[in-house]
Amino acid sequence: MTEYALQMENITKEFPGVKALDNVTFSVRKGEIHALCGENGAGKSTLMKVLSGVYPSGDYDGNIKINGEEVEFKNIKESQEAGVAIIYQELALVPEMTVGENIFLSSALMRKKVIDWNEIYAQSQYWLDQVGLDIDPQMKLGELTVGKQQLIEIVKALTKHAEILILDEPTAALTESDVEILVRILRDLQKKGVTCIYISHKLGEVLRLADSVTVLRDGQTVSTDPIGDLSEDKIVNKMVGRTLDEFFPYEERQIGKDILEVNNYAFTSVSGEKVAAEVSFSLKRGEILGISGLMGAGRTELFTSLFGGYPGKQTGEVKIDGEAVNIKKPSDAIEAGLAYVSEDRKRYGLILGMEITKNSTLAALKKVMPKHIIDSALEMKHAQELTDKMNLKAPTLEATVNQLSGGNQQKVVLSKWLFTNPKVLILDEPTRGIDVGAKYEIYKIINELADQGVGIIMISSELPEILGMSDRILVMSEGIISGELSREEATQEKIMKYATTRREQRESAIN
Amino acid sequence: MSQPSIETETETQKQPKLSFKFNMQSYTLIIALLLIAIIFGVFTGGEFLSARNLSNLFTQMSVISVLAIGMTLVIVAGHIDLSVGSLAGLTGGISAILHVWFDWNTVWVVLAAIAVGALLGLWQGWWVAYRAVPAFIVTLGGMLIFRGILIGISKGQTVAPLDPSFSSIANSYLPYALGYTIAVLGVLLLFYGTWKNRHKRSNMGLNLAAPAVDYGKVTGYSIAILAITYLLSRYYGLPVPMMIVVVLGGLFIFISSKTAFGRSVYAIGGNQEAAALSGINIKRNTLSVFVIMGALAGMAGVILTSRLNAATVSAGDMYELDAIAACVIGGTSLMGGRGNIVGAVIGALIMASIDNGMSMMNIQTFWQYIVKGLILIVAVWIDISSKKQTA
Repeated sequence: MTEYALQMENITKEFPGVKALDNVTFSVRKGEIHALCGENGAGKSTLMKVLSGVYPSGDYDGNIKINGEEVEFKNIKESQEAGVAIIYQELALVPEMTVGENIFLSSALMRKKVIDWNEIYAQSQYWLDQVGLDIDPQMKLGELTVGKQQLIEIVKALTKHAEILILDEPTAALTESDVEILVRILRDLQKKGVTCIYISHKLGEVLRLADSVTVLRDGQTVSTDPIGDLSEDKIVNKMVGRTLDEFFPYEERQIGKDILEVNNYAFTSVSGEKVAAEVSFSLKRGEILGISGLMGAGRTELFTSLFGGYPGKQTGEVKIDGEAVNIKKPSDAIEAGLAYVSEDRKRYGLILGMEITKNSTLAALKKVMPKHIIDSALEMKHAQELTDKMNLKAPTLEATVNQLSGGNQQKVVLSKWLFTNPKVLILDEPTRGIDVGAKYEIYKIINELADQGVGIIMISSELPEILGMSDRILVMSEGIISGELSREEATQEKIMKYATTRREQRESAIN
Repeated sequence: MSQPSIETETETQKQPKLSFKFNMQSYTLIIALLLIAIIFGVFTGGEFLSARNLSNLFTQMSVISVLAIGMTLVIVAGHIDLSVGSLAGLTGGISAILHVWFDWNTVWVVLAAIAVGALLGLWQGWWVAYRAVPAFIVTLGGMLIFRGILIGISKGQTVAPLDPSFSSIANSYLPYALGYTIAVLGVLLLFYGTWKNRHKRSNMGLNLAAPAVDYGKVTGYSIAILAITYLLSRYYGLPVPMMIVVVLGGLFIFISSKTAFGRSVYAIGGNQEAAALSGINIKRNTLSVFVIMGALAGMAGVILTSRLNAATVSAGDMYELDAIAACVIGGTSLMGGRGNIVGAVIGALIMASIDNGMSMMNIQTFWQYIVKGLILIVAVWIDISSKKQTA
């Protein structure tokens, strides 16, 4: 017997022209939660693909031992049989089927000539109980939140008697309460002897959950340390060779007069339901206004509605540069000097199959049409200037944006909106799913814009980001602004207190 | 400061390689076309490539080409139009009825056909854009409705014969001198455009392809233009319907690449939600696409009727499928957001070549259906597998 559930020794994996993994050693003790950290492209996914047999043995150099015994997986099925289960960020579930069907989708129970539904639901119930999830197995999966669906993925892995559970960025789509459940499930599993490898960008969670942390950088192992020896600062430092203080490059700025005023603004959904109560706030030139709050607080809805991108009725007054504006559709907003970088860049921000050039000019195409005709040379020139400013890394500007990494895609979205010369830039989760290096670059760009006098609204669920970047912070809860904090007075605790304020409590406090 | 310069250096190094890859994809079409020409040329003892047959071929492909030009926009926008065959039949029928039964002048008849096409396109576009009914359903309905109207108004009869002024639209040729003048002007324009574009790009300090590449391409196109003009002039000259396709093709290449409308269509097909948040008016642009498709179907109806010298109740039957196939063979993605006019016209030429070549070889008609079906599947498969390799 050995104390290690998994030992990967001297793993080297080369792709044509790139060494994705260079002599990586990765050892995980039995029954521990082991976090794997690193920037995008550091080799985390490649390492996990080697482990799970996506890259068959012989395709890489080095040894893999599970419970001390050397293994050579030729495909994913063999690794599953050895007890390795991976849960990817993208769910492999069928929304139209029931929870029970999904849990046993790939198992022998569904392969029988006549499926015994009672058995499937009974067994599903058993496993759901095991992890303490209060979900009816006969419910349609699609009716669950994305977070709960992710938890179902974990249940599915457990039914296959996984001994090594790999979670790839599991909390990207989870709400706070789902994260709590996930943490509890993982602790439970730990007691049952399941080993867990946890890949995440969210260092706060890593610190809370993991027993030890391995950091990869540029395809090499930087270190493996017990969690007690680490702090967020130290992990970031290992990941990028930079400390957290330098991470949020905040500087005192000249803040001007009001550029955006919103008075008693309210809006409804298409069906006429009130989404947000009357809100009032203002934004000054050169100011970074952080918008914090829990998921579902109505932050995204409020700002897409202000931008004219939310179907439904609006009431109240919006002034830009002191002038009242009436924004009914996004083109009105762009005209008035608003820009909106959405939280989901692939869905709302980019035309993925279109070239970088064309994406970057899309919101202000008129600027490359001096004679009402698109001037391709002028367009290329503008695109080059914009993306140079962003330090965009792309083979050529004629490449389509789906060939770029997340960070570079976000830079294309930013280029697009900067090309409209906005007075007010709304950023919704500007660094979601972006690696640490690119995050830092995006923070620098945001600061530069503020220096130039652009008013910036930054919606973010990451408290360190809000605290590190904002001049002033608004906290939203249940469709209202429940608190306002200056940079000096803001702390994580104060923000969380406002974020969890219930509407009734607030009203009773006022009365 | 040294870092950016290093990056631009690697960028320029990478550029030629990538543009070469891109060109390979568009050249597969040309290669396919050449292969078809060689195969049929051999099997028909050179008859397939004779001046007379090429003249016929370019006339035959004109109706499908006009439809495919419009269909490219529709498919790029993420929709489909199954009604164009019926619509071409109906507009052709209306033009013949106005012309033969009501003695309308040919000019007015042509304008009426295009207007009716645009109007019915507007009607279909309204359902798709403003009532959110899937285009597949709306145009499937349109396919039945338009055919029904055609049978109704023509009382099931063939409307004929047409006045020479009408029938000559699709059955006449440009005089030799005019044909050569146009060809030479086209060649000069190509060289001038390339020179001007290069001049401008270098003034702006942008990367330029090697002169040999740019001018080599233009020289290739020029040789093709002059060779085709020469060949066709050995018969009766450039066929008028072919010139209609050339003019419409040029117009829509311009619209799709140089206007805000064209760019919007690609953006909408690529990602409707992102396009909407970038300030693009989805509904109006979608409506416009269907209006244009309708107008082009009207034009196709005129050419079809003129060529047959009659309007029949089954005119244009199944043409929508040929038009869609032409687009797809030409590299237009049914997922939307990707496609080009030149490809669609070449696709139409490939489809027409197969019909033409196989009938010259006296192969029975049923084989034409089978071969065309197979080519469609293989074309899409090549497209998909080439994309996988680059990804």
